[in-house]
Amino acid sequence: MNRFAELLDRLVLTPSRNGKLTLLVDYFRSVEDPDRGLTLAAITGDLNIAAVKPAMLRTLVTERMDPVLFGYSYDYVGDLAETVSLVWPQTPGNIPNREPTLSEVVAKLQAASRSDGPKVLAGLLDSAGISSRFAIIKLVTGGLRIGVSARLAKQALADFGKVDVAEIEELWHGLSPPYAALFAWLEGKADKPRNTALALFRPVMLSNPVGDGDLEKLDPADYAAEWKWDGIRVQAVAEGDIRRLYSRTGDDVSGAFPDLADAMNFSATLDGELLVGDPREATRSFSDLQQRLNRKTVTPKMQQQYPAFMRCYDLLQIGDEDLRALSFRERRGRLEAFMKTLDPGRFDLSPFVTFTGWQALEALRRAPPHPIIEGVMLKRWDSPYVAGRPKGPWFKWKRDPHTVDAVLMYAQRGHGKRSSFYSDYTFGVWSGPEGEEELVPVGKAYFGFTDEELKQIDKYVRDNTVERFGPVRSVRADRDNGLVLEVAFEGLNRSTRHKSGVAMRFPRISRLRWDKPAKEADRIETLQALLDR
Amino acid sequence: MRASDLLHPRPEGLYCPPGDFFIDPVRPVNRALITHGHSDHARSGHRSVLATQQTLDIMGLRYGEDFAGTTQAARLGETIALDGVSVSFHPAGHVLGSAQISVEHQGMRIVASGDYKRRRDATCAPFEPIRCDVFITEATFGLPVFRHPPDTEEIARLLKSAAQFPERSHLVGAYALGKAQRVMRLLRDAGYDKPLYIHGALARLSEYYQSQGIDLGILEPATVEGGKQDFAGAIVVGPPSAFADRWARRFPDPISCFASGWMRIRQRAKQGGVELPLIISDHADWDELTTTIKETGAEEIWVTHGREEALVRWCELEGIAARPLHLVGYEDEGD
Repeated sequence: MNRFAELLDRLVLTPSRNGKLTLLVDYFRSVEDPDRGLTLAAITGDLNIAAVKPAMLRTLVTERMDPVLFGYSYDYVGDLAETVSLVWPQTPGNIPNREPTLSEVVAKLQAASRSDGPKVLAGLLDSAGISSRFAIIKLVTGGLRIGVSARLAKQALADFGKVDVAEIEELWHGLSPPYAALFAWLEGKADKPRNTALALFRPVMLSNPVGDGDLEKLDPADYAAEWKWDGIRVQAVAEGDIRRLYSRTGDDVSGAFPDLADAMNFSATLDGELLVGDPREATRSFSDLQQRLNRKTVTPKMQQQYPAFMRCYDLLQIGDEDLRALSFRERRGRLEAFMKTLDPGRFDLSPFVTFTGWQALEALRRAPPHPIIEGVMLKRWDSPYVAGRPKGPWFKWKRDPHTVDAVLMYAQRGHGKRSSFYSDYTFGVWSGPEGEEELVPVGKAYFGFTDEELKQIDKYVRDNTVERFGPVRSVRADRDNGLVLEVAFEGLNRSTRHKSGVAMRFPRISRLRWDKPAKEADRIETLQALLDR
Repeated sequence: MRASDLLHPRPEGLYCPPGDFFIDPVRPVNRALITHGHSDHARSGHRSVLATQQTLDIMGLRYGEDFAGTTQAARLGETIALDGVSVSFHPAGHVLGSAQISVEHQGMRIVASGDYKRRRDATCAPFEPIRCDVFITEATFGLPVFRHPPDTEEIARLLKSAAQFPERSHLVGAYALGKAQRVMRLLRDAGYDKPLYIHGALARLSEYYQSQGIDLGILEPATVEGGKQDFAGAIVVGPPSAFADRWARRFPDPISCFASGWMRIRQRAKQGGVELPLIISDHADWDELTTTIKETGAEEIWVTHGREEALVRWCELEGIAARPLHLVGYEDEGD
């Protein structure tokens, strides 16, 4: 248990992706089955343990210690799980010779009934040290929140076994904790597990951005063009009684889209874009789609207000026939025929963009016919469907980003290589009536600048600090003083969480405007106009 | 006599009227008794100072030889009479030279413990509980949430991380007096025999520790002569403030570590951008505080600098008279 606890503690404080991968790979290497598999399940959210409510935890602890002292402690720490793990009184003489293993803990928790759950939990907490108590409480209260996605965990597995992450993704949904067969394969001790489960995920084919000079070398006649829709790339798989909607990294998101799943009355694997609206009438904005994302369940009202549909790009399988080795042209033909059998309120075909040459396409890319289009996709007519991001067959050619001139307001120290640099910037634009303008924060960015520019901004931050809060510095920013940053971003969402009412997608610093006076930075209305388009 | 007639707080610090002296005064006074060398307890400019020889040496290193008019070294356990008041110094286990001060007059004994801890620490003499009527305890970590793990486990985590990330350097933030030397000594005790790199602020104090027979092994300045690659895999010790500073840019993709009792609280580590918190403290944790209070047999406890209310509450529950003693000017430099 303490190895698991130590891993959680390290992961939560390690900001870099590579650092997390190293920690995970080392863990998989040094910890045996079934503990490593249960850890993996805990991280990917595939471990089923009956939840304990926070109120129950509080009751358990105040039965064992003075409530006033607990109150002081909780006020100080601010996190219930952490407080309980620290103050839990250990009765001397009751401490076992060794801590329970993760698998022992999981077995006890899974065997506990609703009525004896609290007693089982208390017994486990009695038998564990501080770090392990914290880990146990995290397991029973749900949500580890350690900054490791299922995707990252799968990448760590791939690194551990030196295989392609697509192989892990393809296998994943047929496997279950503690994944002994998977680990045995990754360690070279057994063959790759055979997958017999239905409606499995097929690793997705991705594209590369069009780089400078790329197109000159290509013949437009070799490529089909489609619009690049601003939704969520999904894969719809129906086989037998099983219907699943996967994200492009193989996470099962079906639970949030019962309306779409209901319409999947076929036996096939479709690749496409998840969008909100009715394809026969209107394709709605990404903001609307966001209402439906990251939910475990969804109300009928939500489904009615924000109906989901799929704009289909490709057909990977139909019945028992795997189409992935066919050319895009052939697959597209099959897709067009197949579309006729689907509910037109839930599925439509991604239309081609007809073009004569790259210049003509460039003009179309710059002025797309619909606001939910974020560029064009180029697909070689003869390309088979392959996992990953091969260079050549598919390209994305994105619309130019939006930009705004904003003023630097706060800077935060980075991590690792950047731990002595102020490298994370919060910036704002002007708001309020003339003469009483104030800056409202509209976003945060931590890349887009060169190392040299980072040094310059860092110096500026240190020289113009007005206030410090821990690792954050508030920077002088008013009508006459301030550093203007040109910020590029992909789109704007409405946000109730931010004072400005907007949230940027993928913001980055595109230019430092040392030349521009702070008062000439943009106003919030400029951004709002973008929202209303 | 009442205990408060023997010692009570004044703006300058804790004052003893019959002996006419202050303990750890925060402003210059005529006669000062100093528990240990941390700068919030040991200040310069007093007319006379009574402290252990090591505390006097440390004050001399920090402030220069003329830090006080006159100095007198107190030997541990030896009684000194000051205007009829019997004063003695006893080890506090906090940092090198640290002492509790026992003040006795007309049958009343008060022990001012300064800062203390109960864990074994190879860099200073261990705490000795002194029976007394009134015990003045610190409360830096006076909450039941503060339970320090064994320091050997923390050092083992540091060494494990150093092995996991051999291409990066580990920067260990540790206060210049006491904590830094303890961390270095713990690394040596764990078998780490490569050179340790230190920030300039640690040099003189570490040298002093070595001169007092505390072996810290080979220490090298963390200077940039050889270029960045030199520090890959290195363990560097320095004051925490230095790691946020431009000074830290010489190290390749550093992992920031901080050796402190505060690292028990995850949010503290997070806010400070600490990737590897090392819970190593020179102050007593909750269990050490409550154990010590019982061991002194004191009928009354005065609680100072820290989270007084929780410890006072605990004393109430145990039926021991307790009150907060409001002294101003002490921070937690030692942790």
